[in-house]
Amino acid sequence: MTEKVDQSKRHFLTIATAVTGSAGIAFAAVPFLSSLKPSARARALGAPVEVPLGSLEPGEMVRVVWRGKLVYVLRRTEEMLQRLSGVTEFLRDPDSADTELQPIYASNEHRSVDPEFLVVEGSCTHLGCAPIPQFEVTPSTDWFGGFFCPCHGSKFDLSGRVYKGVPAPTNLKVPPYSFTQTNVITIGIDSGNA
Amino acid sequence: MVNKENKQAESSSKLLDWIDQRFPYTETMKQHITEYYASKNFNIWYVFGVLAMVVLVIQLFTGIFLTMNYKPSAADAFSSVEYIMRDVEWGWLIRYMHSTGASFFFIVVYLHMFRAMLYGSYKKPRELIWIIGMLIFIVLMAEAFAGYLLPWGQMSYWGAQVIISIFGAIPFIGEALVEIIRGDYSISDITLNRFFALHVIALPLALVALIFVHIVALHEVGSNNPDGIEIKEHKDHNGIPIDGVAFHPYHTSKDLVAIIIFLMIFSFVVFFAPDMGGYFLEYANFEKANPTATPEHIVPVWYFTPFYALLRAVPDKLGGAIAMGLAVILPLFLPWLDRAKVKSIRYRGWIYKTALTSFVISFVSLGVLGVLPAEGIYISLARFFGFIYFAFFILMPYYSKIDKTKPVPNRVT
Repeated sequence: MTEKVDQSKRHFLTIATAVTGSAGIAFAAVPFLSSLKPSARARALGAPVEVPLGSLEPGEMVRVVWRGKLVYVLRRTEEMLQRLSGVTEFLRDPDSADTELQPIYASNEHRSVDPEFLVVEGSCTHLGCAPIPQFEVTPSTDWFGGFFCPCHGSKFDLSGRVYKGVPAPTNLKVPPYSFTQTNVITIGIDSGNA
Repeated sequence: MVNKENKQAESSSKLLDWIDQRFPYTETMKQHITEYYASKNFNIWYVFGVLAMVVLVIQLFTGIFLTMNYKPSAADAFSSVEYIMRDVEWGWLIRYMHSTGASFFFIVVYLHMFRAMLYGSYKKPRELIWIIGMLIFIVLMAEAFAGYLLPWGQMSYWGAQVIISIFGAIPFIGEALVEIIRGDYSISDITLNRFFALHVIALPLALVALIFVHIVALHEVGSNNPDGIEIKEHKDHNGIPIDGVAFHPYHTSKDLVAIIIFLMIFSFVVFFAPDMGGYFLEYANFEKANPTATPEHIVPVWYFTPFYALLRAVPDKLGGAIAMGLAVILPLFLPWLDRAKVKSIRYRGWIYKTALTSFVISFVSLGVLGVLPAEGIYISLARFFGFIYFAFFILMPYYSKIDKTKPVPNRVT
């Protein structure tokens, strides 16, 4: 009993046990954390969505849901497209400089692959309300029609570009999409990868 | 360097002081961990309490994650379990941990209870610990039973049908009671919904509260030991039991070894035999509940089979229910049934040793018989072992008193 305690051995064993135990806990945590990710079913439900364009008249818009998110598909008229260049001075980011918000193939004035068809997420970048389409308005000094968010009054033009002086900080998001067949857009598949 | 360490120690003790003035942190740690003295002669039988805590944590943790994906309705329950098994990432592992954990809970608890019978841990002054422990056991059985209905398989459904019907044997109020338990005229969506509520919140809360009280009571009187000697009767000049060692770090490091070995066995079952040949997960339960067809051979999960065998051994509905209920309740009275002057089996005579051995044999045999079909020789055997089971308790006041005991040493051996 009078034997001296080997402190360095005790210290080593304590550290070794703690490290091994922590490694074990870290490994054991993986399945539990992974189980919180979207399951196989959730991923299957997040599959790409096809939108036929054949029945869409110029000036008409359809709402589709992709991964639980609302997406607007708008077929713009010639007149609507002409309006785009007239409003740039009122916009915060007319050139879509924020590259996070749209795929590279939609990084242009009309923010789309085909100028005629606009595809944007119907979710205001302020707090997520669905902006209301207001395409035809009596032109005033600062509102030329587009998407108007009823929650906090944010305004977006016909390309989903945000106006200056509204609560929404950025343009509407453009989801990945591509023309997979003639007159069919598939949301969820990037152009060029189809 | 030394200066810096001093400063660190000083600031951490300042924080500790701040806490201690508001919450008895240091006091609690001392009383229950670092200065809780338990006998130095503990053997392997003394690890099952800690292992029961480990299984409890596993069950609570995996249970929370299962609840995130399970749907408690007759229409969705079965498919949501399949969904967990197939579509949720690692869902199969989490569910197998939970189902294996249920069986291991009973293995560990049965061994823990047997330890108490071996060394007389239920005797004065630990009667209340034993009673609280028995209540834990009863709540645990209810918890396991409620949980078994949730997958909504054939065995879930018909097992619940049989067990709930037992309450119908109670005279006068039986039928009304059964209706209240089910909340319907048959086992239905409503029954499943309320069993879910019991399984995930009501019973676990009761279980955790009872376990807390169990440990508080244990730490008040101190742990028993294989010699059945009160170590508090021999203290050194500091008031510390001479035969005791601190729970931490001595007993904790021993427990850590037991926990590691336990987790190895547990993992082996989870990964290589989660259904344990139909004993941990019954094959009939891989089929969705069907109220129009009873499975040919209906048995409860293994941990209920000793009591189930008694139920079937009595050729009378009420009699069978009473036998089963009595078998569960009788151990509760052990502290007063046992009249021996010594606690531990080490100092008891041949009569108690024979009695305890026959009891263990009959309990295990009843468990085996509960799985087998109730016919021919099996019924006679169940009656025979059932007789021994009850005789062990009912005759105990007599044989434990006349049993010749050996002198108990003063200090642990």
